[in-house]
Amino acid sequence: MNRQTLQQTAPHTTQHQTGNQRFLPDNLNGAWRNRLLRWETLLLVFVALAFFANTQLSPYFLDPWSLSDATFNFTEKAIIALPMALLIIARDIDLSVASTIALSSVAMGAANSAGIDPAGMVAIGAGVGLLAGLFNGYIITRFDIPAIVVTIGTMSLYRGIAYIVLGDGVYRDYPQGFAFFGQGYVYGVISFEFTLFLLLAVIFAVILHKTIFGRRVFAIGNNPTAALFSGINVKRHRMVLFTLVGLLSGIAAILLTSRIGSTRPSIAMGWELEVITMVVLGGVSIMGGAGSIAGVFIAVFLMGLVTFGMGLLNVPGIVMSIFTGILLIAVIGTPIIWRRVVQAQKMRSKMRGG
Amino acid sequence: MDTPVLELKNVSKTFPGVKALDGVGLQLFPGQVTALIGENGAGKSTLVKVLTGIYTPDGGEIRVGDTVVEFHAATDAVKSGISAIHQEAVMFDELSVTENIFINNQDRNWLGMLDWPLMRKRARQLLEYLDVPVDPQTPLKNLSVAHKHMVSFASALSHNSNIVIMDEPTASLSHQEINDLYKLVRRLKEEGKAILFISHKFDEIFEICDRYTVFRDGQLVGSGMISDVTQNDLVAMMVGRTVEQVYPKTDAEIGPVVMTVQGLSHPTEFNDISFDLRKGEILGFYGLVGAGRSEVMQALFGLTKTNAGSMTLQNKPYTPANTSQAISSGLVYVPEDRQHQGAILSLPIFQNITLPRLGGLSCHGFIDMAREYDVARHYAQSLNLKAASLSENVENLSGGNQQKVVIGKWLATNPNVIVVDEPTKGIDIGSKSAVHQFMGDLVAQGLSVIMVSSELPEIMGMSDRIIVMHEGRIAARFDRDTASAEAIVTAATGAA
Repeated sequence: MNRQTLQQTAPHTTQHQTGNQRFLPDNLNGAWRNRLLRWETLLLVFVALAFFANTQLSPYFLDPWSLSDATFNFTEKAIIALPMALLIIARDIDLSVASTIALSSVAMGAANSAGIDPAGMVAIGAGVGLLAGLFNGYIITRFDIPAIVVTIGTMSLYRGIAYIVLGDGVYRDYPQGFAFFGQGYVYGVISFEFTLFLLLAVIFAVILHKTIFGRRVFAIGNNPTAALFSGINVKRHRMVLFTLVGLLSGIAAILLTSRIGSTRPSIAMGWELEVITMVVLGGVSIMGGAGSIAGVFIAVFLMGLVTFGMGLLNVPGIVMSIFTGILLIAVIGTPIIWRRVVQAQKMRSKMRGG
Repeated sequence: MDTPVLELKNVSKTFPGVKALDGVGLQLFPGQVTALIGENGAGKSTLVKVLTGIYTPDGGEIRVGDTVVEFHAATDAVKSGISAIHQEAVMFDELSVTENIFINNQDRNWLGMLDWPLMRKRARQLLEYLDVPVDPQTPLKNLSVAHKHMVSFASALSHNSNIVIMDEPTASLSHQEINDLYKLVRRLKEEGKAILFISHKFDEIFEICDRYTVFRDGQLVGSGMISDVTQNDLVAMMVGRTVEQVYPKTDAEIGPVVMTVQGLSHPTEFNDISFDLRKGEILGFYGLVGAGRSEVMQALFGLTKTNAGSMTLQNKPYTPANTSQAISSGLVYVPEDRQHQGAILSLPIFQNITLPRLGGLSCHGFIDMAREYDVARHYAQSLNLKAASLSENVENLSGGNQQKVVIGKWLATNPNVIVVDEPTKGIDIGSKSAVHQFMGDLVAQGLSVIMVSSELPEIMGMSDRIIVMHEGRIAARFDRDTASAEAIVTAATGAA
C-alpha cells in the first residue's frame, strides 16, 4: 500500500521526469481503411451477396414470414456458437455439443413421460446440458487431457446414453405449454427463438469485449502460461467456459425439441461441425486468442442464408454437406491469408510513414 | 600471413523499416580467431546469415581468397568453404549420429546412391577428432546435450571448410564443455582455419580470440587486435559510451522485515528453506542450474505446492494457493522466460500492463477502458517505453521494450516484494545496466527484491545478501561485504 502514490499520479496530464518521453496515444485507429480491412466487413459483403442471390432465386424470399422461417434453420446452432466462440478463443474446443443436445432432449422426453410440467422440463434440459459441460471441463482441467480428446470421448458417451435410454424409440406428445419455446412468436413474425438469440448475442458480446472475464479469455487464448503467471486462474476459467457451452447446448436442446416436437437419439446429429464452422467463419482464430462476437453474429446469418438458398435450389443434402466441408476448409484458410495481407499492408504504410 | 581468406566490403542489408547492415566490412585471417561483438540488434546475426547464404546482401562485395563470390543459397556458402555452427543447431532426434552429421552433405558412390559405409567411416573419424566417445549408429536422442552439441560441430566440420563461423557456441554449455570447445578452437587455429567467433562473454573473447570486430546499429565501429584493447574499450565501442559502473547498486535504506520464510519444503525439489527479507533489500539467490532456486520462487508465488514450512508477508501469515492470491498479497514474480511466461506478445501493450490488476480497474466486472488506458500510459511513459501507441501489440516491440512492458505490468500491481528470475539472461550489456539501474530504483522506493541469477558478477554486484543453494538446500549465506567469488562457487558446487 506504500506505493499508492505512484498510481494516483496517473492521469493524462502527468508531466514525466524524463523530458524526452512523448505522449503515448491510446491507439492509431480511425483511418477508414483500417475499418474496411476488417474481416467483419468482408463478411457483411458476403451476407449482402447471399441475400441478393436468394431474392433472385425465389420471389417469395422477401416475404416477412419466409424470412422468419429462414431463421429457424440456424438459430439453435447459432446459440451454441456464442459460447463456443469464447471457448475457441481460449484455445479449447468442444465437439460434444450435438451429443449434449441429444442427452438433454432425451432427459426432457423422459421427464415429460414422468409427468413433469414444462417449467420442470426446461430446468432439466438446461441442467443436463450444464452438467454435461461441467463434466467435460472437470475431466479436461483436473487431469490435464486435451479438450479435443475428452470431447470426442463424451461425444460418443452422451449420445450413447441417449441411445441406451431410448433405443429405436421416440419421445413425442410434448405438451402445449412446451411448444412456445421453439414455435412461439414474441411480436409479429419475430420468433421467440430468434429473440433469445439476439439477446444472448448482446450478452456474450458484452462478456467477451467489456468484462474482466472476457479479457482473461483472450489472455488465456494468446498465452496460457503468461496468463497463469499474471495471476489468472486458468483452470477455473476453462471450467466456466466448458460449463457455459454445455448450458447453452441444453438451451438449444429445449428450443429444438420444442420446435420439432419429438426426440430421437439421433437428434442434432453432426451439428458440432456446423457450430464450429460458424465460429471459425466469424473470424475466430482456430489457434485461439482472436475473434469477436460481431464476426460470429454475421457469420451465422451468412451460413443461414447460404443453406436456405441451397434449399430453394433443391440442392440435395449430400451436396450441402460437401459444401459445408469446403466452406470449413476455406474459412480456416482465408483468415490466415487475410491476416497476412493486412500485415503486409501495415508494413507498407509503416515504411511510407518512415 | 596478412592476406585475409575472407573479406567483406561495404556490405548492406535492409529489411522493411530497418537497415540491419549498413556498409560493414570484415576480414578473417587464416589461423586466427576473430571475435564479432555487438549488442543485440547490432547486426551480428544478419551478418552470419549473409555469410552462410541465407540472406543475399543488397550491396557490397564478399571475397573468398581472390574471388568475389555471390551466395544465393546455403549450399553456395558451403561450396566456397564457409560453414557455421549455429547457436541452436537444427538436429533430428530420431536419426542416427551419422545421418545428422551428413544431413546436408551426403557422400554418394559411383552409382549415385548414398554411400553409408564411407559416411560412417568419416563420422567415426570426426567423432574421434572431437574426442566424443559415441557410436555413429546411435540415435541422436540417446545422446547427452553436450554430445549433441559436439555432433553439430562435427556436422559443420564435415564440410572441411577453411572458414568456420561459431554463433554463440557456449551459450548453453557447462564449464567443462566450454573448456573442450576452447581446445577444439585452438586445434582448428593450428590447422590454419579462419574462425569467426560470436560471443557476449568477454572472458572467452579474451581467452581465445586474436582479433575483434565491433558492430553497433548495423555499422562497423572498430576492429583490430585483441591484445591492443581492454574490456572497457570494447564495451565503450559496443554501447557508444563509456560504461562507468556496470552494477549501479545504490545503497537503499534497509528497513524492517517484510517477509519471513520458515522451513519451506517440497517433496522432491527443495528442503528446509528459511530466510528473512527486509524492506529496501536485494536478496540474491545463487546456485547451479537445477539447484531448486526457481522452484522455491514459484512456491513463493503460489505456483508450486509445498508440504512443510510457513511464510509471513507484512507480518501476516502468507499461504498463497494460487498466483492471484500472491499478487493481491503484494508479491509478484517476473519469470525467466519473458517471451513465453512474461508478456502476451499478441496482445496490445495496455492489455498486458493491466492484466494482473484488472480487478482494480473495473466495476462489477466491467472494465473501465478510460482508466485502463491511463494506468497503462502512466507506467509505459515512466519506463520510457518506445512504441507508436498503447494499442500496439507487444510482439512489434524490441526486446528491451518488451521487457519494459513486463516490468510495467508488475509495477502496476503495487507490489511489496518483487521476485525476479534471471533478470538479464540473454540481453545485451546496455539493457542489462538499465535493468540493474531499475532494480536499484525499486529498492530505493522501499520495495524488496529477491533476485535469482546464475551470473556471479551480477549476484555479487547487486545483492545486499546472498543465499547459495545446492541440491534443494541452502548451502551458504553471505553478506555483501563478506562474499567472495570463490566461497560462493564452492558452496554452489557442494564442495564446502
